[in-house]
Amino acid sequence: MTKPTLQDPHMALKPAQKALGPIRRSFAPWLDPSAVPLIRFENVVKRFGDFTAVDDVSIDIHQREFFALLGPSGCGKTTLMRMLAGFEEPTSGRITLAGQDLSGVPPYRRPVNMMFQSYALFPHMSVEQNIGFGLKQDRLPRTEIEARVKEMLKLVKLEPFASRKPHQLSGGQRQRVALARSLAKRPKVLLLDEPLGALDKKLREETQFELMDLQMELGLTFLIVTHDQEEAMTVADRIAVMNHGKLVQVATPGDIYEQPNCRYVADFIGDINILDAKVASAAGGMARLAVAEPAVEIAAAAPDPSPAQGADVAFALRPEKVRISIDPPPPDATNVLRGEVWDIAYFGDWTKFLVKLDGSEKIMRVSRANATRTEFAPIAWDDKVHVWFAPDAGVLLTS
Amino acid sequence: MTDAVSTKRAGSSGLGRRILIAIPYVWLLIFFLAPFVIVLKISLSDATIAQPPYTPLLDLSAGWQGVVEWWNGLDFENYTLLTEDELYWVSYLSSLRIAVISTLLMLLIGYPMAYAMARAPKSIRPALVMAVILPFWTSLLIRVYAWIGILSPEGLLNAFLLWTGIISEPLYIMNTETAVLIGIVYSYLPFMVLPLYASLEKLDESLLEAAADLGSPPWKAFWQITVPLSIPGVIAGCFLVFIPAVGEFVIPDLLGGSETLMIGKTLYNEFFLNRDWPVSSAIAVLLLLVLVVPIAVYQNVQARQLEGKA
Repeated sequence: MTKPTLQDPHMALKPAQKALGPIRRSFAPWLDPSAVPLIRFENVVKRFGDFTAVDDVSIDIHQREFFALLGPSGCGKTTLMRMLAGFEEPTSGRITLAGQDLSGVPPYRRPVNMMFQSYALFPHMSVEQNIGFGLKQDRLPRTEIEARVKEMLKLVKLEPFASRKPHQLSGGQRQRVALARSLAKRPKVLLLDEPLGALDKKLREETQFELMDLQMELGLTFLIVTHDQEEAMTVADRIAVMNHGKLVQVATPGDIYEQPNCRYVADFIGDINILDAKVASAAGGMARLAVAEPAVEIAAAAPDPSPAQGADVAFALRPEKVRISIDPPPPDATNVLRGEVWDIAYFGDWTKFLVKLDGSEKIMRVSRANATRTEFAPIAWDDKVHVWFAPDAGVLLTS
Repeated sequence: MTDAVSTKRAGSSGLGRRILIAIPYVWLLIFFLAPFVIVLKISLSDATIAQPPYTPLLDLSAGWQGVVEWWNGLDFENYTLLTEDELYWVSYLSSLRIAVISTLLMLLIGYPMAYAMARAPKSIRPALVMAVILPFWTSLLIRVYAWIGILSPEGLLNAFLLWTGIISEPLYIMNTETAVLIGIVYSYLPFMVLPLYASLEKLDESLLEAAADLGSPPWKAFWQITVPLSIPGVIAGCFLVFIPAVGEFVIPDLLGGSETLMIGKTLYNEFFLNRDWPVSSAIAVLLLLVLVVPIAVYQNVQARQLEGKA
């Protein structure tokens, strides 16, 4: 399950990579300034009439990368992908693939293939004919087409269904046919447009892992468009978060989660507590923040350069990084707040507590792993509790 | 106890259901099968100058003897006549030929029309469909008469062509087979366009994108994707225009003159000019048999399509 090694996997991490989240340490060509990206979006703008769907987006995607475009519907991610496929032309800016400018190249001459959200299987053709369609367009010899189709059928485990028509297949099987068809031509880049949206949760998870394995096995570059953050986090090497046609952050799933660069990303990915505050003082990588609600002062790790005194900031804190107990916290605990348990959601593997902080209407979300089967003094509704967190448990956001 | 109740209910609803299903059957029996049997019976009779103009008549007052006499009076000599006299089978063949040619012409004209309609912006599609249906708001007869005004030697078309100087002598289109073809194509074109439009409009745009994505240029994708997926519309359209075109009477009568033989016209002449009801009935029965084959094929194809979709 390891990527082809570009760097020594055991070598010390570069500072930029110092993150808590999971990263495939051996694969990070985007950190190598000498690496030449496979796909480059350069200041791409796309307008439909008055509406700007994609607003000045520049992204580099490297060979063998599994890259995700993530955002709410209408954020421009699909338009960006369709421009790479050739179904839309950029209003300005350019897209290059392996150094070649793609502007004016029609979709049928681009070395990329797409798996459509609706699968777009040809209803009048059998599974075999669907998979072989692209190869037939290239006028490959019949024997080679047959061999390649067979190989693809084996890859997606659909050999017994070769002569069926799409309407005789289940949703999951159709999805596999669509995948096989888009892979049959061995494209330089495979585009996946919300590929798993129509599958149920369990099948979706399974398929996500299969997609990752397949991508590593074939050594292809995958570009996936999705609005499902969990899906993006699972499959992708890097995620580009988009909003209103603009690129907000491009980073590894770990960095997106732990080092969001703005409120939007912090809020969009996962569950989070955002405390609005003003900087009371800041020096040497530490800051004191005057929180607006409840009116308390907290200590927070500050980015470099430090924010100005009096600046409006937000402290973004993941629920799992907040501790909770009925008993007073250990004496060395920082940022101790008090509150009352407002709601409890039990998920089996972990429990989420909504704590109403004293002296305010603010709800702090705290999650705790259920590491043992029994608990000495379980926390219940309406209990008075202490919640506390380390200064570096959250991220200080200036925008 | 509850079982008994539910069984009873099922029984009564079963009866209601059967009555409901029976209604269309009774309808077909009264308005389709009974007239056909009467026509079939007349086709086996002999012509006579009387009221009604055929024998034998069923005389029930004569009892069983009357029924036997009536039965013995029936024979197939009218059908024998149809095979012996050249007029009839030439009419049949000519009708089939004109119907085939006009069907192909309509397919050639109708397909691009339907395709353009299906690809037009969604907002103007209803207006385009309306434009196709609009001619039906005027009587067929009036529209065919209008073609006389266009095609006749001193008609609009010739006047225009003479005025532009393309021709120096008027074209004689009226009372030829060309005029009949123009008339049929004009009158039946909507029946070709509408089913074609219905099947082309359903076509999922993403299929064409997928084809392009896999390396198929637009003109190739048209033949590989659009045409095969519109075959149901092509079949429906062709049968919808072919079947009535074979039996067409008004158009060949008004535009075709005496030159164009079509079975509908021959039937009319036998019936109203010759007053030979038995022979014209035989013509009608035979025409029905000729058309039953394509109708059966059409029904079969449709049924299979419905199955495929289910």
